[in-house]
Amino acid sequence: MDEVKTNTEQITEAKNGKEVVIALKGLKKSFGKNEVLKDITLEVKRGENVLILGKSGTGKSVTIQCIVGLLTPDGGSLKVFGEEVAQLSDKELKQLRMKFGFLFQSGALYDSMTIRENLAFPLTRVLKLTDQREIDKRIEDVLESVGLLEATDKLPSDLSGGMRKRAGLARTLIINPEIMLYDEPTTCLDPITSREISYLILEIQKKYKTSSIIITHDMECARIAADRILIMDDGKFVAEGSFDELHRSTNKIAASFFKDIL
Amino acid sequence: MAEEITISGWKKWLEDIGDQVAFFFKFIRNIFSGGFEWAELVRQCYEIGYRSIMLVGITSFIMGVVLIVQLRPTLVTFGAVSMMPQSLSISFVRELGPVIIALICAGKIASSIGAELGSMKVTEQLDAMEVSGANAVQYLAVTRILATTIMVPLLSLIGDVIGLFGGFLAINLRDSISFQLYFHKVIASLGFSDLFPAFVKTIFFGFAIGFIGCYKGFHSNKGTESVGIAANSAVVTASLWIFVIDAISVQVTSLLFYH
Repeated sequence: MDEVKTNTEQITEAKNGKEVVIALKGLKKSFGKNEVLKDITLEVKRGENVLILGKSGTGKSVTIQCIVGLLTPDGGSLKVFGEEVAQLSDKELKQLRMKFGFLFQSGALYDSMTIRENLAFPLTRVLKLTDQREIDKRIEDVLESVGLLEATDKLPSDLSGGMRKRAGLARTLIINPEIMLYDEPTTCLDPITSREISYLILEIQKKYKTSSIIITHDMECARIAADRILIMDDGKFVAEGSFDELHRSTNKIAASFFKDIL
Repeated sequence: MAEEITISGWKKWLEDIGDQVAFFFKFIRNIFSGGFEWAELVRQCYEIGYRSIMLVGITSFIMGVVLIVQLRPTLVTFGAVSMMPQSLSISFVRELGPVIIALICAGKIASSIGAELGSMKVTEQLDAMEVSGANAVQYLAVTRILATTIMVPLLSLIGDVIGLFGGFLAINLRDSISFQLYFHKVIASLGFSDLFPAFVKTIFFGFAIGFIGCYKGFHSNKGTESVGIAANSAVVTASLWIFVIDAISVQVTSLLFYH
């Protein structure tokens, strides 16, 4: 009976867009004697854009690298779609990763391949598509949605920083991920391009119905793209709220981020 | 303090050996795990093999010439100038050709693989591949290791032929021998026990070059300095392995063919 109730609750939550897709509880990670993540507890709900603010070296990137399985946490619980990631086999982890899109700081485009080949790579290797017409159509569609159709046959080295970010974004979106992880998506970009990328993140959330974690220092990005903001300091979350709530917050660290915001 | 450093050095060395063994099994598992990257293998064979022919050819030619120039005075002393083709062919085909060509390949190929994969690691391309669910080891390492295992023996064969041709020209600088007679003497002096072990060891040389290059690239640290370190240590380690494999192959050949 309890199980039926639980399932019913889950369905209701999913319908309300409240299904938890990522759940971290007491997550810990150290590198040697350096304890980077001390006690991370976080829930990301379906369709939600959660943004993590924090100084460099506070453990923001380590958190999302743990989520996607690039790093193994030392302790705590890490569940994605209700499954404990540490208990997944290699095959199951690979299946799970297909539901993730990860935008790296640098874009991480394969520099020996053109943008078309970069985008075709996950289609042929991960989704195992063989129909060239379908591959080309998907590439054109996703490049159009990030506004980069003109760069299809260019090499990453021929693109500007903003274009590389867009291309990286297109490569992650092409496999229709359910969860997007953005690692400093606006770093090293001019304010105009940063704003464009921030609006693009918002557009992706609406168009592809993704749940996202965004790691950034960019307050403009936080204002535009975040549904909820968490502030990280010394391996822990120290404040949480919407942009406006944190703007009014008396928390010292939150105030230091928001002090220049009018 | 010094003892602590020694222990941590040993620990690091043992960890490195463990990582290499794990990487080896990962490589073997990925050869047979399905979805083999044939197109990438062919591309790597072209990049690694075809683009090294000129370097291997020039070096082998010079080696053939130099060996004859060096051998001649000694053979003249013993009144054995006519033995120059045989002396060159045995020393070149059995030992010097494969080892020196493998060392040249280690310098060119292992360093370029180490640097390429190292820079992919630094720029998070390897992580991007891993995160997307694609198999980075299968796409990048398996193809490169198999390409070197196939191409280094072929380069060695090409190098042997060019080196022997260099020897022919060098003999004709001071003495005179026809092309037919020279190659008749060369072929007559070489037996199965010279050709087969020499060819087999180049397969191992090729494997060591590709494997070490990929291992160093995949296991480099995340910093621009690491790219240089990966390239450099790939060359040094691959060269060392070439000598170790050569020493083992000499013992095995000696046991199998000369006892």
